[in-house]
Amino acid sequence: MAGSSVRWVDCQPDTCQRVYFANHTSHLDALVLWSSLPRNLRALTRAVAAKDYWDKTAFRRYIAGSVNALLIDRENIKVHRSPVELMIQAIGDTHSLIVFPEGSRNATDEMGEFKSGLYYLGKKRPDLELVPVYIDNLNRVLPRGEFLPVPLLSCITIGPPMWLESGESKTEFLKRAREAVKRLKDI
Amino acid sequence: MMIESLHFEPLLGFGQGIGWLNVQTYWLVFVVIVVLIVASVIGQTLSRQPESAVSPALLRTFNQRVRAWWMMFAILAAGLLLGDTCTIVLFGLVSFWALREFITMTPTRRGDHRTLFWVFFVFTPIQYLLVGVGRSFVKLESDSAIWWADTLGLRGVDLYGLYSIMIPVYASLYIPARIALSGDARRFLERSAKIQFSLLICVYSLSYAPALVHLDLLTSKPAVGSNTSMSTGDVMPQPSADEEPADEELAEGESQPSTTRRHWEEGGRAGLLFYFVLIVQLGDIFQYGWGKLLGQRVIAPHINASRTWEGFVGGALTTALVGALLWWVTPFRIWEAACMAFVTAVMGSAGGMTMSAIKRDRGVTDTGTLVQGHAGVLDRIDSICFAAPVFFHLTRYFFSDFA
Repeated sequence: MAGSSVRWVDCQPDTCQRVYFANHTSHLDALVLWSSLPRNLRALTRAVAAKDYWDKTAFRRYIAGSVNALLIDRENIKVHRSPVELMIQAIGDTHSLIVFPEGSRNATDEMGEFKSGLYYLGKKRPDLELVPVYIDNLNRVLPRGEFLPVPLLSCITIGPPMWLESGESKTEFLKRAREAVKRLKDI
Repeated sequence: MMIESLHFEPLLGFGQGIGWLNVQTYWLVFVVIVVLIVASVIGQTLSRQPESAVSPALLRTFNQRVRAWWMMFAILAAGLLLGDTCTIVLFGLVSFWALREFITMTPTRRGDHRTLFWVFFVFTPIQYLLVGVGRSFVKLESDSAIWWADTLGLRGVDLYGLYSIMIPVYASLYIPARIALSGDARRFLERSAKIQFSLLICVYSLSYAPALVHLDLLTSKPAVGSNTSMSTGDVMPQPSADEEPADEELAEGESQPSTTRRHWEEGGRAGLLFYFVLIVQLGDIFQYGWGKLLGQRVIAPHINASRTWEGFVGGALTTALVGALLWWVTPFRIWEAACMAFVTAVMGSAGGMTMSAIKRDRGVTDTGTLVQGHAGVLDRIDSICFAAPVFFHLTRYFFSDFA
């Protein structure tokens, strides 16, 4: 519906365990990114989404269920059940994840700062490939605060995988990850 | 009785099958198929020979073009075979897609979102609905059609009066007002203009092409053979169904200023649309060809480096010549066909030039750049968009019974 085209830049579709991390501007982000993956990868990939939003109505639950979403409770976070722990549990040793490290949707053109979840994911599971993704134009299809989509074309760029370097600090890594997503915009 | 009258289909002319095309149209379609096959074969053969005289870039463009023509031909032929309603729906979808490309390429702001929703889902469908109904209320042929016309109070009304002003007047006023309501004043005029322009080009102008199939065409050509019987049938559409409009029709037919003019067969209307699209495409090709052969003076190097005065003039004249040679498909006489083809080619060039300017301003080469490797729909229809309103109005004024 969003008429998106997908580009794989220095990266190929693969069934190895990955964390796709992308900029977040629209409710459609997870849905469109998930459906832009090849069929065999879709079954293995779960999008991380906010429980307070996606669990609210039957329609939202249906959408979340159809993309095999992993709903995370943003309001009720406990130490022994932190979101990162839940994610790692959920993917086991077969699944991949789609995350939006900005946390919530971004209303401006500039990408927000990344939250630390991605860093902890990379630290606890160094075997995961961290794949940056840039989603272009979806904010115009369905911007924040709107409920009627406009059928514009969008573009998804999937970039080369990266890992947490040894001795790299949290801020350094998050900055590097954010740059990796940003760089894909101009390719 | 009520329920039986509720069928809208006969009013829209749905279900007019293959029979709505005349022999000439079939001939034209046949000729085009043959030409396309030849072009495909040449293109494929040349691309198999690595050391040919033709440059590979040119060959790639040629093959892409041929593929686009096949696509265009398929859409048009499918529409023509399935009837006029399908033709209009298909053109509506093309408009929708082109509008999508146009707006995607043009930056808009958050405040324009609701306006864009109106443009896509209200104005575009309404325009094609109006074009689709067209003259249906003028020539009422069935009881259900009369019932609908009376209920809506539209008996004898040609919706041309509405669809020719709906977008330029009402939508153009609505768009800035709706943007103002959203409360974002930054670059207000620019944003309004962008949305108005996209609607005007992609929807309004293009909708004139399928509107051709509803014109009640007149011709000054002498009647030959089977045409005579067809045209008399045209003048008297089932007088038993509704007497009044038929009488009017006859009276008008008799009071025509030139007695030599007669109604053109209905089966030729779709042929005229096919002729129009073909002429526009030929205009593009000839302009390109002449420009390559003897192009010297570039018209506007900053807009499009490949469009030259030589290509423009040569292309328009060649198109006029070929258009005249294809006069037998149309209600035009030979010199009339030449004039129409000439004007069409000139308008087509103007369209290509305008779209080049927009693309250059946006810094893209093809409108479909967002979809990798495919030139956009808009690139293929820009000349049709510009030529359609002019071709339509000339035909309507000089070659149709629009009273």
